[in-house]
Amino acid sequence: MKKLLILGAGTAGTVIANKMVRKLPAKEWQVEVVDQDPVHYYQPGFLFMPFGIYGEKDVVKPKKRFLSRKVNLRMGTIERIDADTNKVYLENGDSVHYDLLVIATGTTPRPDEIEGMEGDDWGRDVHEFYTFDGSCKLARRLREWKGGRMVINVAEMPIKCPVAPLEFAFLADWWLTKNGLRDKTEIHYVTPLSGAFTKPVATERLQHMLDERRIHVETDFAIGSVDNDKKRIVSWDDRAVDYDLLVAVPTNMGADAMERSGLGDELNFVPTDKETLRSLARENIFVIGDATDLPASKAGSVAHFEAEILEENLLAVVAGKELEARFDGHSNCFVETGYGKGMLIDFNYETEPLPGTFPFAKLGPMPLLKESRINHWGKLMFRHVYWHALLPGLPLGIGPHMSLKGKRTDLLKRNSPVLAGAR
Amino acid sequence: MNQREIAGRIVGFDDENFMVNHNDWDESIAAALAEEEGVGLLNDRHFMVIEYLRRVYEEKGTGPTIRRLTKESGVPTKELYSLFPGAPAKKAARISGIPKPKGCI
Repeated sequence: MKKLLILGAGTAGTVIANKMVRKLPAKEWQVEVVDQDPVHYYQPGFLFMPFGIYGEKDVVKPKKRFLSRKVNLRMGTIERIDADTNKVYLENGDSVHYDLLVIATGTTPRPDEIEGMEGDDWGRDVHEFYTFDGSCKLARRLREWKGGRMVINVAEMPIKCPVAPLEFAFLADWWLTKNGLRDKTEIHYVTPLSGAFTKPVATERLQHMLDERRIHVETDFAIGSVDNDKKRIVSWDDRAVDYDLLVAVPTNMGADAMERSGLGDELNFVPTDKETLRSLARENIFVIGDATDLPASKAGSVAHFEAEILEENLLAVVAGKELEARFDGHSNCFVETGYGKGMLIDFNYETEPLPGTFPFAKLGPMPLLKESRINHWGKLMFRHVYWHALLPGLPLGIGPHMSLKGKRTDLLKRNSPVLAGAR
Repeated sequence: MNQREIAGRIVGFDDENFMVNHNDWDESIAAALAEEEGVGLLNDRHFMVIEYLRRVYEEKGTGPTIRRLTKESGVPTKELYSLFPGAPAKKAARISGIPKPKGCI
């Protein structure tokens, strides 16, 4: 009996486990997943919890329920991978042999990477919303908010769901207005990037939306420390931004077990071929989701698209064939903008988010890079799609490759790499 | 590509003013680029960073992130920001004659 071992049963690990157990011959292959946490969190929901839109029951379910019964779920904490002997060691002393390994250990926020972030204000006036606990605590803090300076800070890139901090700013503006607190609150968005977002066309539109909402943007701010006494964040080049409430997006890092295994980069992300999803270190180790070092967004939609590519490539390995499926970096994100509206962005390695319609040219029905009610409904509906279709690994009707249909590619001309090279 | 004269030589730059060919680089060009960037006179500590960046680029074909730079070059983050004020990753790469560090997503 051969073993496909998957490390991590988050979004990426769950989807690929369910897909592979359906495709691999059960007489020859066993699919096993290792995870340390029995709970599956609907992570996109963490953004809504601070504003009371979602509660615990919306985002927390047992992991077991979403894994096929044919998948063996082993509870345990990963100590390290020994890639030379094809073994994974667990903290309890067990070891698991694999023939094929998929690393899906994700990323976590690391406030301890920023000097002073875990000081006296941590959990009081300094919060984060990328974990269940963090989001619950921030919800409690917002319930007693009377006004002041709310600072949203991204520590360094890459982060999971790069639009979430902007969504937080938009939702905060809406929530404060609704509660009569907007005029008593200054919102500051402090980012290490040179603009609101990573890609030029989207940045222009998002910057305009931030201006309309009187959200102040501070760019090129690389946070060095949090000064709890003076209640300010200080950049490495000695700029300071005062806060009454700091909503921090700390440094994101991959699992420490990757560092211990000698498989991680400086942030513990695993160097991965950006098209085949095979690790650069070993031919029988593949990587999916936030755990990779791919230049794509760390997001559930990316994990979902990657899973379709990875499924094909794992089957190719099993059949002794060349890897043929190629991931294009496709990402598709709803961006909540408050007041019952949302935006949709769709992009890949080569093509930045553009305006237009999705998924069909002209017909839409969803407008791209533009606020609309249908996009907001799309985001809320997506929670059901996530639990009942995405996690089971069922087709969602959107292929893994990004399509240019309906996109305003004319806006690309200025920045087209082809043209730049020809000049 | 734009060609222009710098430190008495004709060198190619891309649209964002990064050198196109890192082999065209020498210390006098570094000094001239440092002047353009407002970094001033380059000292030993600047050159520690520059040499590290060029070494990583030659080995990997891409410059390191700030985090890797401070972890491996022996120059702490705080000092890096005082050596190359404002945007150290970008400025140091430009002065080192290597391409712009890949933007994050």
